[in-house]
Amino acid sequence: MILTNTTNYFAQLIDYLFEQMGLGGQILGYVIVAAIYLTFFAVAGLLLVYVERRVAAFFQLRLGPNRVGPWGLLQTIADALKLLAKEITGTERKDKLLYHAAYFLVIPAALIGLSVIPFSNGVQAYDLNIGVFFISAVSSVGVLGILFGGWGSNNKYSLIGGMRSGLQMISYELSAGLAILTIILMAGSLQMSEIINQQKDLWFIVKGHIPALIAFVIFVIAGTAESNRTPFDLPEGEAELGAGFHSEYSGMGFAYFFLAEFINMFIISAVAVTLFFGGWLAPFGITDSLPWQPLWGAVWFFVKVSGMIFLLMWFRWTFPRLRIDQLLTLEWKYLLPVGLLNIVLMAILVYYNIIL
Amino acid sequence: MDTVTLNTGDLKSQEYFLNMGPQHPATHGVLRLILTMDGEVVKNIEPDLGFIHRSIEKQCEYEGYKQIIHLTDRMDYLSAHINNEAVALAIEQALEIEVPERVKVIRTIMGELTRIASHLLWWGVMGMDVGALTTFMYAFRDREMINDIMEETCGARLTMSYSTPGGVMFDLHPNFVKRVKEFIPHLRSVIPKYDELLTGNVIFQKRMKGIGILSYEDAISHGASGPVARGSGVSCDRRKIAPYSALDKVDFKEIIYTEGDNLARYNVRMKEMLESLNIIEQLIDNIPDDGIQAKTKALIKLPKGEFLQRVETARGDLGVYIVSDGKKNPYRVKFRSPGFSNLNALIEMGKGHLIADVVAIMSTLDFVVPDIDR
Amino acid sequence: MSYIGNILGGIKTLLTGMKVTGGYFFPSVIGRKYTITRQYPDEPAIVADRFKGEVVMWHNENNEHRCTGCQACEIACPNGSIEIIWDRVLNEETGKKVKVIDQHIYHLGMCTMCNLCIQACPTNAIMWSTNFHNSTYDRSQLTKVLNKPGSKLMAGVEE
Repeated sequence: MILTNTTNYFAQLIDYLFEQMGLGGQILGYVIVAAIYLTFFAVAGLLLVYVERRVAAFFQLRLGPNRVGPWGLLQTIADALKLLAKEITGTERKDKLLYHAAYFLVIPAALIGLSVIPFSNGVQAYDLNIGVFFISAVSSVGVLGILFGGWGSNNKYSLIGGMRSGLQMISYELSAGLAILTIILMAGSLQMSEIINQQKDLWFIVKGHIPALIAFVIFVIAGTAESNRTPFDLPEGEAELGAGFHSEYSGMGFAYFFLAEFINMFIISAVAVTLFFGGWLAPFGITDSLPWQPLWGAVWFFVKVSGMIFLLMWFRWTFPRLRIDQLLTLEWKYLLPVGLLNIVLMAILVYYNIIL
Repeated sequence: MDTVTLNTGDLKSQEYFLNMGPQHPATHGVLRLILTMDGEVVKNIEPDLGFIHRSIEKQCEYEGYKQIIHLTDRMDYLSAHINNEAVALAIEQALEIEVPERVKVIRTIMGELTRIASHLLWWGVMGMDVGALTTFMYAFRDREMINDIMEETCGARLTMSYSTPGGVMFDLHPNFVKRVKEFIPHLRSVIPKYDELLTGNVIFQKRMKGIGILSYEDAISHGASGPVARGSGVSCDRRKIAPYSALDKVDFKEIIYTEGDNLARYNVRMKEMLESLNIIEQLIDNIPDDGIQAKTKALIKLPKGEFLQRVETARGDLGVYIVSDGKKNPYRVKFRSPGFSNLNALIEMGKGHLIADVVAIMSTLDFVVPDIDR
Repeated sequence: MSYIGNILGGIKTLLTGMKVTGGYFFPSVIGRKYTITRQYPDEPAIVADRFKGEVVMWHNENNEHRCTGCQACEIACPNGSIEIIWDRVLNEETGKKVKVIDQHIYHLGMCTMCNLCIQACPTNAIMWSTNFHNSTYDRSQLTKVLNKPGSKLMAGVEE
């Protein structure tokens, strides 16, 4: 039975190297795992930028990038090369420490968040027993980078963008947390792999019916807000603030913010898939009898995540942007009370065991 | 009971200046607004003009009357044809020539097409300004059809220079009637989609309703005109008050909303597009056939005197005021541009709103900066 | 109740909006049904016959043009885009001195495509071309001489 198999391939690799080469091997193992994640980070980031541009184009009756490489696939790589070659410019009298610390905070925050996400059965850098909580905590570090960038740029537009971002992240963290808690009530665990195992008979969105559905809607809204995407892209707010907190970044500094934003979107989608749609589990177990189980798990995981990402993109290319006070009204007057009630409802359902 | 005083020490809130423009995505050109801000709240707005001043009025004094027309294309480039028409009408009025009926009808149809094109562009950009990026391409798809019609007949897509004193430059293209007739049902079918996509959207409604209220009195005292004034309940459509060209022969409604907020101005423009379609529909079937040029001299000289012609462009009331001393070029030309007065109203509307609202208000005012700053 | 009504009503309007964009997205992905952009260098651009690209001078196969050098276009031009360099040459047959153009200079960079020169031309010597590939690396290349080298006036145009 594959579901009881809780082997972690990354842990096995490190253990194997430790047995072979001792402490040096262990460190080598860590480096290899880190390299794998960094590569994934870069490739997924670039691919997501491409997908976003392509999807946006089709929404807008265009074709999108289609010149560089087959179907324009190499376009984002060309863009990254261009950004690498660009001169690094900045404002005068910027706060140098904060200005440059900003993108060194955004990238690790996104990268660490990635580490506890189970890509497939056993494909997870570290199966932390407080995985979900860890992601919430780490994703809050990213906001510091944006705040630093906004403050350090010595630009009023950046400052407004940075402040908006802080306001938004802190507010929506609450709702996202409440939505996650609703599911935790059902799962009884914070561990990502355990949450997925709990869903082997039924996904949580079906199992928890009404409260789970409400939690999902809240989580998607809060997640969109946390990843700074339209209709919540106030920190960038291109019509109002030019480019918001990253107005004054050029070259790779700008690209780091950009990549981090897309990886955050991936993390939000991955968490949503893990919590509500059974992570790497195949729907109705249709591929359970096939060989190469971890591969199939990864396939299902990425299919589901793509669906979530597409939903976020659909939002982005349809909705207008909210105003800052409406953003807070939505959170404190709608999402938070509904979220709290939802938790109570879920608690009652779980206590009386009315979940499916 | 002791009152608790919060010791803020040296902490003070402080007003600051924010330069919006001349290079800013929301100002749609090179307009500079000096905003006095308190946090995100705009306390005062001070428009600073002059970044795209080309002294068109002064240039006109050195050009012949026929040559003035191509300069007016470059003022409000989105209603270029209506600008051309205004100058042509002013000159015809001075020379007391009667233009053929065909010219009148062509000018009216072209003018209404221009108005629709301008409003479509406004709609796309309006969506962009409030963050809905997809509206832009949808609006441009439909605007492109008008541009193609224009290109076929006038030879240019934006700056047509189509009207001349006493007539029009070219006769209609044989395809013109067919393509306009294709366009009318197309636009009628897409406007409900526009409403579904943007107008009905709850976020958009919240952004628009009750924001940037311009009262009836303020609209008049600031000299606002066009959809901006009509959104505040002022009846000011020059096409109704003093019909020019073939507008006296058609039946259409003047769209007036009384709320005076962003949504009212938005609705006025959306309804105006449909009303323009009605006007075109009434004229397109029987365009008279009596020539495209009245008899004019090769070198036009206006009699001594002062001549004023007011027309309704997509943005409002455009006045062309020509003072002639009987020579081949005018003594003085003054254009009363609608955008300038409407910009003035922004100062009143934007105060006390958030910066995002000021962007939305500016968008509903539908500026064309070269029109404000000739 | 209006609280819940607000939420549900709001969500409904959002879904209506998504229906519109989705209605364009999926057919565009599958069959490019609604795609409106033209892939320009691959697909030819559609240009109307009357498109005012640049002013050209018509020449027949004997390298003859119809410009008499009357300068009507030069006078009609609002911003001095046209300059005509002309001379009076003795016509051997009639023994009269006739105006002959040496160079018909056209500054494309200054032209606003207002059509006044073409309207003013009494002999239909100049006309619009629909060529729109007008960008150059050097502004001086925008100044063009419209009459071809060695060309002369077509017989019979003077009348």
